[in-house]
Amino acid sequence: MKSILSVLLGAVASLPVASSAADWLQFRGPNASAVSADDVSPGPKLATAWSVDLPGRGLSSPIIVGDKVFLTASSGPEQETLHVLCFSAKDGSKLWERTLSATGRTMSHKKTCVAAPTPCSDGELVYALYSSNDLFAFDLNGNLRWLRGLTFDYANASNSLGMASSPVVVGKTVVVQSENDSESIALGIDTATGKNRWKMDRPKAANWTSAVVWKGAVALQSKTGLTGIDPMTGKVKWDYQDGAATITSSAVTPDGIYIPSNGLTAILPENQSTSQLWRAEGLKPGTPSPLVIGDAIYVVNGAGVMVKASIKDGEEQWKLRMKGPFSGSGVASGQFIYIANERGQFQVIDTTAEEGEVVQMIELDDTILATPAISGGAVFIRSDAKLWKLAGE
Amino acid sequence: MKSLSFFRSLLCLVALSPVTLAFGGLPEALDTLRSVGPEGQGNEAASTAWNEAAAAKPEELVTILAGMDGANPIAENWLRAAAGVVADKAISEKALRVPALKDFLMDTSHDAASRTLAFDLIQRADADVASSITPSLLQDPSAALRRHPVGRLIEEGKAKLEAGDKALAIAAWRKGLEGARDQDQIDELAQKLRDQGEEVDLPTHFGFLMDWHLIAPFDNADRGGFDVAYPPEEKVDLNATYDGKGQEAKWVSFKSEDEYGMVDFNKPFDMLKNVVGYAYTEFDSSEERPAEIRLGCKNGWKVWLNGELLFQRDEYHRGMKLDQYKLPCQLKKGKNTVLVKCCQNEQTETWTVEWQFQLRICDATGTAILASKQP
Repeated sequence: MKSILSVLLGAVASLPVASSAADWLQFRGPNASAVSADDVSPGPKLATAWSVDLPGRGLSSPIIVGDKVFLTASSGPEQETLHVLCFSAKDGSKLWERTLSATGRTMSHKKTCVAAPTPCSDGELVYALYSSNDLFAFDLNGNLRWLRGLTFDYANASNSLGMASSPVVVGKTVVVQSENDSESIALGIDTATGKNRWKMDRPKAANWTSAVVWKGAVALQSKTGLTGIDPMTGKVKWDYQDGAATITSSAVTPDGIYIPSNGLTAILPENQSTSQLWRAEGLKPGTPSPLVIGDAIYVVNGAGVMVKASIKDGEEQWKLRMKGPFSGSGVASGQFIYIANERGQFQVIDTTAEEGEVVQMIELDDTILATPAISGGAVFIRSDAKLWKLAGE
Repeated sequence: MKSLSFFRSLLCLVALSPVTLAFGGLPEALDTLRSVGPEGQGNEAASTAWNEAAAAKPEELVTILAGMDGANPIAENWLRAAAGVVADKAISEKALRVPALKDFLMDTSHDAASRTLAFDLIQRADADVASSITPSLLQDPSAALRRHPVGRLIEEGKAKLEAGDKALAIAAWRKGLEGARDQDQIDELAQKLRDQGEEVDLPTHFGFLMDWHLIAPFDNADRGGFDVAYPPEEKVDLNATYDGKGQEAKWVSFKSEDEYGMVDFNKPFDMLKNVVGYAYTEFDSSEERPAEIRLGCKNGWKVWLNGELLFQRDEYHRGMKLDQYKLPCQLKKGKNTVLVKCCQNEQTETWTVEWQFQLRICDATGTAILASKQP
């Protein structure tokens, strides 16, 4: 039996922490914009601060809450073993690991794996989702608060190629997409209990995109378009229905949403409708999702060329050939974009150079399909085997 | 602090602390964890109970593992996570009770999942003990546990062959194949044996059903045929003919020549699109028993056993693999009927040509159940 004192001390240690601008709480960070809100930028020149070996594969990104880095992985002959890992952001030491088992289908295309969705956090709990439709909520100290097996609940909610949509948490609701050809659904799940606040049918079509958050609405993308919903109720607030990509996700700023739709389409949702700001059919994002810095949007096309265009009208400003191919998306801090190609070449792009410029390339010597995270003046990036912290010099 | 005051938070957390939870004890906590159900049922109580279970002493670890027996997959994960915390702490303090875990592992009345976890923990704490146990797991009820001795026999055979002893290499690989239940290991062993001139009967090893009657084409325009109950769903009459899609639909005999039991509708019916086909066969079981029908299929499909729909799925061309779907079922003694509906859609890409499935009958370990009478 623990003493009262140790219980009290433990209780204090497990108190919720406030999230800060340095936190990177979900896939592509704040509002899923891919742009850091932290005043401290990693800058143009990075070096490996630490790296750690991982127990399994993953396309998921790390997320950072305070001084902790959270990451998921999957291992085993059928990718059936699901890992949630917590590392010290300072030195990479492993603080805890939890290992659970997939309750849904683990089949996927060999290029992806079960740990494809990125976890998210509200600063108190970490919500880890997998392609098998398993969803776990842990507190920051590794205590299991609740779990769900969404294929256990909805037997045909799966995709034999694997799923990858990352969850987002807004207020007290985790929004999860399980979109596929068969039982295609999205759910709003109460962060306190793990129970459904709402469940909605989604277009019956495979979909690997992740939601973005715009003015409190969660924007769910699918082949039919982009639908803004109230995360608490699941009610549709606005709906863009002119089609959209099923792999590449949207970019978001306070001024609008930039959708991979008919090239690239900028919309402004308002008053239960959406208005189209512009459309640039020539801006065709490849697998990486676009992002906005200041008054420009940056798109990486299927040939590995980064295109800078105005967010006022979509007019192209420059093109920069990079070393591809890319599966992961870029993220930005200040004037710099950080992105890794499939060959493990981590590249830093200075967007203020006249024609854009790759100002640093770090050879990580491993296949990388994931999107980086930014926190505290450092970039965190993972492969199937390793997690790196690349700190600004 | 985000929303709670420090004092309020402290009170809440103390209220949920192990001090108060301890009155319920571990058995009650395990009961609570085993009670969770679909759609988050029982999550709130489980969250509190999990703290109790995760604070268990090293000697209580096997009690948590035993709690996994018969638990639903969701409950099993709650218990697995708690066992992991207890084990991590015990291993770090060199307090893991390996003999107790070994006893648990060797007791096959426990579930495969909990026994597999026990083995993994033994391996982490004492690799020598795990190694000594490994050979005894070749015919284990857990397919996951069988992987260890099979892997060792694969390596043993390689070493024997390199040492020039082909007979011992073949013997090791034969023994490994007898125990192997996972396709990757079976394929590797079959290839090694064939490289040495040995014959391997994969259809029998897996238990694929090879002899079928097929009928097609029925309409599947706009994928609507998936929900249409065409005549074979009402009654299988192998002598009947029907108005099919653009042609008469009639039954034809089909024997799969594929060693992975592929039943390919494109062979007798040509490369049709927007169509539905059915496959029918009979399986004679020597006894009434639980079994699994395991299916691989990249088309829309439904499977009936003895007229009972086991499962259905309307996904097209997203991938196919052996044992993609595991359908628990109960075989009757004597004749059992198996009906498969296999739907082809409208897609025209080269990777959407396939209109096929593979089906085998086995036990929960993946061991083939062979028909007592061949068709």
